[in-house]
Amino acid sequence: MNGWSGTILHIDLTNKTHRFEQPDSETYETWIGGKGLAGYYLHPHITRSWDDPEMPVIFMDGPLVGTASPTSGRMCIMSRSPLTGTVGDCSVGGSLGTELKKAGLDGIVITGKSDQLIGIEIIDKSITIRDASTFSGMGISLLYERQRGNGAVAMIGPAAENGVLFSSIVVDGSFAAGRNGIGLVLASKNLKYLTVKGTGRVAVHDNIGLKQAREDIFRQVAATPVLMGEHGIAYYGTGALYDLMDSRRMMPTANFRMTKFKSAHRMNASALNKKYSPKRAGCKGCHILCKKVGKGGTHIPEFETMSHFSALLENEDIEIMVRANALCNEMGMDTISASSTLACYSEITGKKLTGKQIISLLLDIGRGQGRGKELGQGSYRYAASKGQPELSISVKKQELPAYDPRGAYGMALAYATSTRGGCHLRAYPISHEILRKPVATDRFSFAGKARIIKIEEDQNAVVDSLTACKFVFFASSLEEYARVFTAVTGVHSTAQDLLKIGERIYYNERIMNARNGFSSKEDDLPPRFFKEAGSSGSNIKIKPLNRKEFLKARANYYKIRGLDENGMPIKEKASLLGLKWENHKGSELQ
Amino acid sequence: MKQLVDKYVNKLVSAGLAEEGAPLLGGLDAELVWNRSDPACNELEEVFGALNINSLLFSKPAEPYLSIIEYLAKGADKAIHPNDSETRTFMHDLPVIRDFKSRQITGALKERKSVIIPGYGIVTWGTVSPEQAFIFYSSVCFACFVKFFSDYLTEVRNGTVSKEQARVFERVVRQLTPLPEEPPVLMHGRFRLEEDVYRAISEAGRATVKHHLVDSFFGNVSFRYNNTLYISQTTSSLDELEGCIDPCPLDDSSCTSITASSEFTAHREVVLRTGMNAVLHGHPKFSVIISMDCEKEDCKFRGQCHTRCPEERFVKDIPIVPGEVGTGPYGLCHTLPPAMEGHRGVIVYGHGLFTVGQSDFNEAFTNLLNIERMCSDEYFHRVGV
Repeated sequence: MNGWSGTILHIDLTNKTHRFEQPDSETYETWIGGKGLAGYYLHPHITRSWDDPEMPVIFMDGPLVGTASPTSGRMCIMSRSPLTGTVGDCSVGGSLGTELKKAGLDGIVITGKSDQLIGIEIIDKSITIRDASTFSGMGISLLYERQRGNGAVAMIGPAAENGVLFSSIVVDGSFAAGRNGIGLVLASKNLKYLTVKGTGRVAVHDNIGLKQAREDIFRQVAATPVLMGEHGIAYYGTGALYDLMDSRRMMPTANFRMTKFKSAHRMNASALNKKYSPKRAGCKGCHILCKKVGKGGTHIPEFETMSHFSALLENEDIEIMVRANALCNEMGMDTISASSTLACYSEITGKKLTGKQIISLLLDIGRGQGRGKELGQGSYRYAASKGQPELSISVKKQELPAYDPRGAYGMALAYATSTRGGCHLRAYPISHEILRKPVATDRFSFAGKARIIKIEEDQNAVVDSLTACKFVFFASSLEEYARVFTAVTGVHSTAQDLLKIGERIYYNERIMNARNGFSSKEDDLPPRFFKEAGSSGSNIKIKPLNRKEFLKARANYYKIRGLDENGMPIKEKASLLGLKWENHKGSELQ
Repeated sequence: MKQLVDKYVNKLVSAGLAEEGAPLLGGLDAELVWNRSDPACNELEEVFGALNINSLLFSKPAEPYLSIIEYLAKGADKAIHPNDSETRTFMHDLPVIRDFKSRQITGALKERKSVIIPGYGIVTWGTVSPEQAFIFYSSVCFACFVKFFSDYLTEVRNGTVSKEQARVFERVVRQLTPLPEEPPVLMHGRFRLEEDVYRAISEAGRATVKHHLVDSFFGNVSFRYNNTLYISQTTSSLDELEGCIDPCPLDDSSCTSITASSEFTAHREVVLRTGMNAVLHGHPKFSVIISMDCEKEDCKFRGQCHTRCPEERFVKDIPIVPGEVGTGPYGLCHTLPPAMEGHRGVIVYGHGLFTVGQSDFNEAFTNLLNIERMCSDEYFHRVGV
């Protein structure tokens, strides 16, 4: 095999055993790898509870990982989400994907539950399970220092051990698989860390073809201001988006009660660069290098974190923003959900949080103590317990990222239809609604957005399966990546062939969610967006979303996606996509 | 969707890329809408069914593009390989098929953004907006135009022009739109208000398109005012710049330039180095064609002229520099600004022409027009017409 190693490792933590599986080439070509292949392994278990010992947590590489393909250092981690109950997955960077591939593995499927806290250490195909009880409660930075000699490190922090529903898995000390509370699944298995070191090489079918396709992509990336422009994310990190979101009046402020933040100009990427003089860093196999590390190793927050730990909480202290980010990383919890939960708490209690209170509450959440115990369940459960669930700004119980949907209607639809809850990465219409890539669309209109969102979801499913970074798709497209895929694997493929696989992967997720009872009822936005206006000004009107238009766009989406009017999968469509249709509750999924 | 479809059909006609009544443009959300009914819709709807797209454009190009594309396609095996910057960066190559059949069209469009079908026309697609299909179509026309004239000059020099090529050349030349004798009068500076800067940029963009010094999508315009560079946004159409101009502070206090033109850095360096305030960038065709004409057949950088050309090249007083779009290691932001010092304009190899002006766009526009006229004259001088 080229690109793929041809081997999946299965580890059973209950019995402390493992085995190697060699899937056939058809399985690989049907699901590609990464998110696609992880979904294939998750599906049979999806109706189990997230903390059922037999619920797998899956680490999966794509065929491009470990090759010279641009931005190929990412991988997918998947299980069922403790936070949302949906399929739960994250694309994560760092070096774990690359080391895994060099170890001769395409992925690891971990099931079972250890009776004590353990770590898994992998060197090529040698697997060792170690007692990790001395690491109990240990923060990310110290644990990383202890383990980094063993290669790439994936780990959980105290938040997961303390039952926080939005706890993350952190790779190499600072690359977070942040969303969906995937870290809590590891904690439920008593798995504190995983290290992987590989010494092999990835076979490539056509090195010359790969070089040509790679040069095409580099040329396009260089021509894209948001990536390599002097104010682009290569130099300012994803924080480069901060000014734009504020100037477009779609920066979520005060728990989404406003969409413009008066102190944005003092909290932006430029201010961070001046204060911390960060250097460029990033994932293995990437030349964009969007990660920023300041003097003394200070991790500069990414855009979502910057925005939510400033505007959403009305915090005007840049140091609190940076400290909050560091604390979430140290505790191993998602910055978006953590900040949004605090914003929800602030609104319900009617108290604007001081910087000190923000830090103190984050510590309480991570440690599972005091008020932090209830806030660690996320904004939805907290707000519901106070009788005000509508003040949780979330979709499927997962908190929304830093793009107010009243300022980008495609984003509104994409938030609602996302299979993992409030998320900007299933589809990223900000690309055309704000960043004008590949061309601009009208951000205040639902016209045409249903099909665009469907195509983007399919595309991103492919990207997370190859695996590559979504940022590069501001510049390139699957046209170029199909040539990379063909050159690496030797399996001739076009952009449209890959999109078809993406459609299968996404539909598989819709089926998994449907089997757990998700329908159109959950494909919806918080009522605030339909009732309240944002902060209009500068000739920009931020009106409430028109519910009728939203529902029409969602109905169009269902039709285009091949779902019924309730958002439920259809047997015929599943069959067209080559998906096995399992009867559920008698005869039909519904 | 229908509104968007009609808009880009009209733009195809007004830009001289298609005759009235020729374009067939479909937009698909939950329902498919065409700008008009046509028997070809049946075949194209099968293409829609096979591809994950939201728009599909089919049209026979207007002259002179029609003659040019038919000629190039006739001699092509499976694709035409233009060498201009837009093709190198975005289109890669231009596939050619022989039959107007959905299966063949689908096969080609699965791989690339366009397909040429001799005797029928060009088919392109979009996944986000019919505008993409319009842009790809426009790029095909531009790339083929540049290739046709570049190839002809080379063949003349080598003495290998075929009878058919000469015949097509003659016909095409007869159909070229002449450049205006005089430049239009644009808003006069010095501008006192920010609003005037926005209006002046929009006006300069519209004039550039109107006088065919750029196809609708390409090019960019900027003006320095109060230590801020006001610049057209990336992928904006120069004839529709209202609401598509980014104010980018020159003190790095904001990242708003991430939606600005990909040439923001080049523009900024030009104004800082030259002391000029207005920068205009278009893709006038003969400036592009003449920039690609080099007689050094044995140069070791042949084939890499756009990035590695080591020569100091000029057409008359105008420098020609290598450089790719954007800020990469071979980005034109490294080569253009120093070359602009002391010159009224600079041509970037295979890409386009940049000109400057002091207090408004009159000087920059006049330079753009005069340099293109000079390049056109020079071209016909070189081919002996």
